[in-house]
Amino acid sequence: MKEKLLTILRELRADVDFENETALVTDGILDSFDIVSLVAELNAEFDITIGVDDLEPENFDTVDAMAQLIEELAD
Amino acid sequence: MFTNVLDYLDMSVDGYAEKTALSDSKNQVTYTQLGEMSDSIGTAVAEKCKSKNAPVVVFIDRNIESVISFMGIVKSGNFYVPVDRQLPVKRVELIVKTLNPVAAVIWERDNKILDEIGFSGERIVYNEAVEYTADKEKLALIREKAIDTDPLYAIFTSGSTGVPKGVLVCHRSVIDLIENFKVAFDFDDTRVFGNQAPFDFDVSVKDIYSCIRNGATMHVIPKLFFSFPAKLIACINERKINTVIWATSALRIIENLNAFEKTLPETLRTVMFSGEVMPNKVLNYWRNKLPDVNYVNLYGPTEITCNCLYYKVDKPFNDEDALPIGVPFKNTDILLLDGDTLVTEPGVKGEICVRGTSLAHGYYNNPEKTAEAFCQNPLNKVYPELIYRTGDLAKYGEDGLIYFVSRKDYQIKHMGHRIELSEVEIAVNSLPYIEAGCCIYDKNNEQIVLFYQSEKECEREIMLDGCKLLPKYMMPNRMIHFTSLPMTKNAKIDRVKLKGEYLGDD
Repeated sequence: MKEKLLTILRELRADVDFENETALVTDGILDSFDIVSLVAELNAEFDITIGVDDLEPENFDTVDAMAQLIEELAD
Repeated sequence: MFTNVLDYLDMSVDGYAEKTALSDSKNQVTYTQLGEMSDSIGTAVAEKCKSKNAPVVVFIDRNIESVISFMGIVKSGNFYVPVDRQLPVKRVELIVKTLNPVAAVIWERDNKILDEIGFSGERIVYNEAVEYTADKEKLALIREKAIDTDPLYAIFTSGSTGVPKGVLVCHRSVIDLIENFKVAFDFDDTRVFGNQAPFDFDVSVKDIYSCIRNGATMHVIPKLFFSFPAKLIACINERKINTVIWATSALRIIENLNAFEKTLPETLRTVMFSGEVMPNKVLNYWRNKLPDVNYVNLYGPTEITCNCLYYKVDKPFNDEDALPIGVPFKNTDILLLDGDTLVTEPGVKGEICVRGTSLAHGYYNNPEKTAEAFCQNPLNKVYPELIYRTGDLAKYGEDGLIYFVSRKDYQIKHMGHRIELSEVEIAVNSLPYIEAGCCIYDKNNEQIVLFYQSEKECEREIMLDGCKLLPKYMMPNRMIHFTSLPMTKNAKIDRVKLKGEYLGDD
């Protein structure tokens, strides 16, 4: 699943080193337009619904955090 | 009579001394503090530069210090030029080359950028300047000599050619705008503005000066909050923000993320938007969730000082309807020109041309580009009078309101039909599964190319549903799917980039 996530992220922003960044949104690497499209893509790809409550910086600052969020929502 | 934006500041320092003028997530200042801090910065700049009406660069951020610096520079008798420190160094270099600034107000860390571009002006470090002992006599002398056509700021817009142009705007134009806003939208000291637009984007001019003019409060909302709506909504409610003047794209994000699913902003009274055509689908989302808010569609390019037309949304619209851009502000005249002929009858297209005090002085240090866009009113043969040609096409509706049609260069002739690409765009954007879309005409292959953003590729759906809204000949011939369309720095779809990458430059 993490690989699939990484593929999506790399397609979204080929210029970012996702595996080593630890503050993707807090540092402004991903902006609001990225988040909007990322959320839509994750919802479709993993058949989940990322709601307003899940949209917190902590859930998107690292790939691992995103993976965890996806797992939680998929359950 | 106001002849300088500092008249606004003085008035509010007197009338609202201890009221919070500006705040961000870390700091806040009262009007008294804003007055004193800008006195200090003004003195520092004036002593170091001794220049008048010269450009001073400010490296901006999402903080109140940016605005305090602006006021200080104005007090020094010079004009400010906001520059985003995150811009590519090459672009900063281009801007600096055009300007030849006498100084830059910076933070310690910005020295690196200035070294890199070989900056030769004075470097004024904010933290030191704000501690400077104010020389009130000196500032008063500078002020005495100021006139209302002196420049206030230059804001750089990306020229379609790739070379940024610095739009130079004077005090009088901003005062004209802000007085009109006050009357048209009942702005007063009860307003709390929630600033979204970066300070190098002229949408923020309306926040800054409407706040200072009215003894109101402006809160600078962190950029991050626009990705995380729960934080944004909490911020609006905590800070009691009641007025937002945002980019259309910021409102679109809220709709895209269904941000009002659970919690709503409770304090909003007025929501204004500009920068791109507002799809009614997005506006209807807001109107359904927040029916008691006043919505205002604003239109205008930086060159006429923010906005020249407005429409107070006063009736329901269907998702596929076009929203009017409305009527001109007082003291602004709009001419719809077809070539050099005035268009008056409904339904006929003309280029939006603007006449009035709101016109910028032109593009700084760029007489050629200035002469192209700011030119003699063709209807006036008897004395010099400039109009600004926006390059936007509009028409009068049967209701007497003005409707945006398209960019001048969006009108195409395709398979013998005259087509406005924006009409195709409005149709595509009204489809529920489309997040955003824009059309570009590929002249070489004679194709209407649609670039669209949606959760997943949906070419078939667009064809099926599109044909219900548009004649077949208007349907895109080629569709390119994006999960994320490229955006310009000003949060508009980056058409230049799309055109360059997908159609080849022509």
